[in-house]
Amino acid sequence: MNVVINGDAMVLPETVNSVSRLLEHFNLEQKVVIVELNQHILDKSMHAETILTDGDRIEIVHFVGGG
Amino acid sequence: MNERYSRQMLFPPIGKEGQKKLREKHALIVGAGALGAANAETLTRAGVGKLTIADRDYVEWSNLQRQQLYCEGDAVRKTPKAIAAANRLKAINSEVEVIARIMDVGIQEIEELIEGVDLIIDSTDNFDIRFLVNDISQKHRIPWIYGGCVGSYGLSYTFLPGVSPCLNCLMDKLPLGGTTCDTAGVIQPAIQMVAAHQSAEALKILAEDFESLRGTLVSFDVWKNHFSSVNVSSLKNPHCLTCGANPVYPFLDYRNQTKTALLCGRDTVQIRPSALQDVDVAYLEKSLVSQGINVESNPYLLSFKINQARVVVFKDGRVLVHGVRDILQAKNLYHRFLG
Repeated sequence: MNVVINGDAMVLPETVNSVSRLLEHFNLEQKVVIVELNQHILDKSMHAETILTDGDRIEIVHFVGGG
Repeated sequence: MNERYSRQMLFPPIGKEGQKKLREKHALIVGAGALGAANAETLTRAGVGKLTIADRDYVEWSNLQRQQLYCEGDAVRKTPKAIAAANRLKAINSEVEVIARIMDVGIQEIEELIEGVDLIIDSTDNFDIRFLVNDISQKHRIPWIYGGCVGSYGLSYTFLPGVSPCLNCLMDKLPLGGTTCDTAGVIQPAIQMVAAHQSAEALKILAEDFESLRGTLVSFDVWKNHFSSVNVSSLKNPHCLTCGANPVYPFLDYRNQTKTALLCGRDTVQIRPSALQDVDVAYLEKSLVSQGINVESNPYLLSFKINQARVVVFKDGRVLVHGVRDILQAKNLYHRFLG
């Protein structure tokens, strides 16, 4: 599947078909993240059931503590 | 008036009026690490009226690569960061009233620090304190600007009480473990990028140009060349315990406070006695020396080495234990040598 993540065009493996799987794919499942899908912020409870489709534009922001 | 602020006043969104407003404002910077140093220098050069900078730590060699207010002498002398920062800031602009506070900011301290403050800039290194800042910001209706940075990645958001969601709305849990400056390191350009976003927003707030605020959660990676700006206003939670209809400010409850903390960036545990009281550093030094322990001290703290660990005692009673694996080991050393 072809998607754009944080501005970069990427090809995702077929198994990565939901937002939850995508976060696991990038080892972000334990992080506190905000996901925007096609300019729409997803509620965290929707990550598992939100299915990705070809051409999706995704922004992933994760919080870090350093400073 | 001399030419000091002329280029800033030529910039139309600030102008003469904005400069005057800036001069009347008081900003609080929590944390005097890399982000704190960068934000403090910008606001001091810009001519903010009053700047309070609070920090619990002292300068070390590993800070000098990115903490722009400090020099080698500060690391040699172990100068507390708040003091070293204030000295440098006063040399940069003597017109700004700079207040240095050597303290671990907790509930009691933040309630005192917030007095008369127009804006809080987060330059801390952990989320315990950010949730405290978030609660106090909502309680007193004072805006705050979050900044976080690890490796080449950073992000920032401006929290406006009554307008934007709060940190408690954006983060449903505390990040556990994860990457820190400890494991991933951090580079100066990423710090500067976060601080640039923070201090630009700070200037807008202090000059009262609220319409120009960014309004989005901005994040970037200066090494991987990513940039993103996301509108998160839909995440404002009407039932939020901090900013909802019936706020209880859960992080201002003393029971939710951490008394020991692992510090970001090294194997260090901070121990904070439940009732802070001043330590007689000279007396303690004498007593340790009489036990055959080699002690280094300055007017603000003393330090000594025990096997692989180094123990630093601040005048206000806080203790840092470096070179230990866990909190328990640190507490053991603490109780063994300091009662």
